Amino acid sequence: MSAAQWRRAMNTGAGRNAWARGTGAPPAPSQSETPSQGEEGAGVGGLLAGLFRQIGFRHVIVLAAVLIYPWVATPFFIFQIGGQALALGLIALSLTFVGGYGGMVSIAQMSIGGLAAYMVAIFGIAGEAQGGASSLGWPWWIAVPIAIVIATLFATFVGWLSVRTEGIYTIMITIAIGVSYFYLMQQNYSIFGGHEGFNEVNAPTVAGIDFRKPMPYYYLALALALAGYFFIKYLLRAPFGVALQGVRDNPRRMNALGFDVTAHRIAAYTVAGFIAAIGGILMLWYNGRISPGSVDVGPMLNILIIAVLGGMRHPIGAFIGAIVFVLVQNFAIDVIARERFNLVIGLVFLVIVLFSPDGLLGLWGYVRTRIGTRSVQSKMKSGGVG
Amino acid sequence: MRRSRAAWLGTAVGGALLLAMGAGYGAHAAGDTITIGVLATLEGPFAVPGQDSMRGAELAIKNHNGMAGGKKIEMKQYSSDATPDKAVASTRKAVEQDKVDVMVGPLSGDEGIAVKNYSKTQPQMTFINGSSGAQATTLQDPSPNFFRFHSEGAQWMVGLGEHALKKGYKKIFLVAEDYGFPYSQVQGFMASYCAKGGHVVKKAWVPLGTKDYSSVISTIPSDVDALLIVLGGSDAVNFLNQMEQAGIDKPIIGGSITVDQTVLNYKGKKRESLLGTASAGPMADSIDTPEWKKFVADYKAAGFKDAFPSPSLFAYLYYVSTEAALLGIDAVKGDLSNNETAYKAALSKLEFDGPAGHIKLDANRNAIANTYITEVAKAADGSFYNKVVATIPNVDENLGLSPDEFKKMGLGNRDNPSCP
Repeated sequence: MSAAQWRRAMNTGAGRNAWARGTGAPPAPSQSETPSQGEEGAGVGGLLAGLFRQIGFRHVIVLAAVLIYPWVATPFFIFQIGGQALALGLIALSLTFVGGYGGMVSIAQMSIGGLAAYMVAIFGIAGEAQGGASSLGWPWWIAVPIAIVIATLFATFVGWLSVRTEGIYTIMITIAIGVSYFYLMQQNYSIFGGHEGFNEVNAPTVAGIDFRKPMPYYYLALALALAGYFFIKYLLRAPFGVALQGVRDNPRRMNALGFDVTAHRIAAYTVAGFIAAIGGILMLWYNGRISPGSVDVGPMLNILIIAVLGGMRHPIGAFIGAIVFVLVQNFAIDVIARERFNLVIGLVFLVIVLFSPDGLLGLWGYVRTRIGTRSVQSKMKSGGVG
Repeated sequence: MRRSRAAWLGTAVGGALLLAMGAGYGAHAAGDTITIGVLATLEGPFAVPGQDSMRGAELAIKNHNGMAGGKKIEMKQYSSDATPDKAVASTRKAVEQDKVDVMVGPLSGDEGIAVKNYSKTQPQMTFINGSSGAQATTLQDPSPNFFRFHSEGAQWMVGLGEHALKKGYKKIFLVAEDYGFPYSQVQGFMASYCAKGGHVVKKAWVPLGTKDYSSVISTIPSDVDALLIVLGGSDAVNFLNQMEQAGIDKPIIGGSITVDQTVLNYKGKKRESLLGTASAGPMADSIDTPEWKKFVADYKAAGFKDAFPSPSLFAYLYYVSTEAALLGIDAVKGDLSNNETAYKAALSKLEFDGPAGHIKLDANRNAIANTYITEVAKAADGSFYNKVVATIPNVDENLGLSPDEFKKMGLGNRDNPSCP
């Protein structure tokens, strides 16, 4: 199938059908995200009201749980499980946004996060490296904004390149960008430090709080993850997000309605790049270092796995996927020792994706629906008897 | 609305489970068992060496009858994929979650630097390097609770420079992989080679995993006496094959992992011309001492699944590292209390005879040990092996230079040292 044919197929609704096939649900993400509310939230007051309307009992419970978590968990669980899951979740969230709502599966999100991390290492403070690269040693509050801006620009560039493609071709071109980026990092010594990369890039100490410590790091990651999550939630109801979902479902119709399809798609990449950049910097501070191994094909695909695991059509899915991913990665070796533990990891992922194309959230929804129907049926039965 | 609420409930339940796990784990082992965590690369490009490392560690514990200092020794395995990120993640799990008492690992150079940096955040723990051979681990900003009971990549090449000069190789062309470990190896070679009047006329640094060496081979000057090849595994085989096809017939000097068993047993026409290839390392297949022969016999007798015909470099290094951990526990009679202070002091003073010679530590807690110069020879059954031609005793991190000279030279990298 040629690119033109593919595009035509996508535009005539084949793509939309492909999206709808998974769970039999309508293409709109869920009922709570109907576009009508977006237009209401025009003013600041409306915006806040719209935001508060979304916050329900369940949000309070989860928020309380994640806030109390570090006070009851061990430092290992705070940092390696909690902190890492939140950082990975942020990067996966960027893929959920651009993939689940923009309809463009970009494998290069880890590269964008990695670029931000590299920029913080290069402009900020890093340890001495045998490879010969040196960092400029600027304070973090200069290095971090520069890094985010550069990574976001890079994401826009990736978007500009890949919006000309659809479906599998987007995946191909973003993999190509990611892989060539990896080789650039691996083989450039004067700027990127080659194979060794940068060591000892530590999270800063701000106002006496050392963000290398598990608890401060966790709360930093949590704050940024929450901000990212609510930002995406808000954006999906804003006119831009609604238009983006329209572009995903039927670009030709959106074009006919006067929307600039290409611009919306590129803008989606930019927004996703901004979030991935923040996630990438969190990953840098989590690892305390950056090297090409962190932006290799494996980590790039891990982000896709996380997003798919949780469910590509829910922003919260990225974080749920990340928690499951991190847990499985850390504890699989306790189930089967030696060389075979990767089998457990693979099997868990396979089973989840096999039984639920919409990830863990889809699985949960399915179970809920089943239980729901049964209870309704039993009620009807008992009603009949009585 | 309903579905979405369900999703949130799911998250809450998941979070609660997580909390329960967090609370349940981390129960410390009983008082009469000491747990040693061993980290090696059981996945990724070094999976095969990683598995042999585990055999080395297991063998050391087995030779101690599973006991040290009157306590039962339990080994717990951890894996990485040769990336520093994964190595630190696995180490952190071992130390903070599973609460092992002693940590042995990791396997490769950059991992070692990362774990060393991590060890500073856990001053109560004792970290013993597995087999990683980066100089920077102990020479740059060393960590007081990180020990390395074997010599590193640069020490492994000390003496090979003189040996090359003795063979009449005055001008050499270098091909090496472009990362920390080969930098160290090349420095170990060049430190004495340059000082004694040799010339490395050109250096070709190739990325790890290069398949096509034609552009490198075409730049080999015709007037060099020999080639110094510091490549490992499939890179070495690929290079030798392509060199043969290009008709280059220069003598070869190899790094510590260049002419190992995998390369010696490859089936090219070039194989015959490998005879006489000099290399150096912390051990050799044919060391003629009872200690080494016993080590090889023990390795063979242990009945490991899929083991090599004789222990590899990595099995040897992990064996020595684990043995040091156990001897230290013996020295303090199993007393790891008081943040392992006595144990660390005992390790710093520890001296013992390993399978390949005497081992003691320097002030940076890096080993001073033997280096073996070998040449490829043909055994009676036609197979190739590395024959020991010289032993350099007590090699330290100054590589045979005075401490001041070494400080002036600094750590090896792409351009340092240089003597074109």
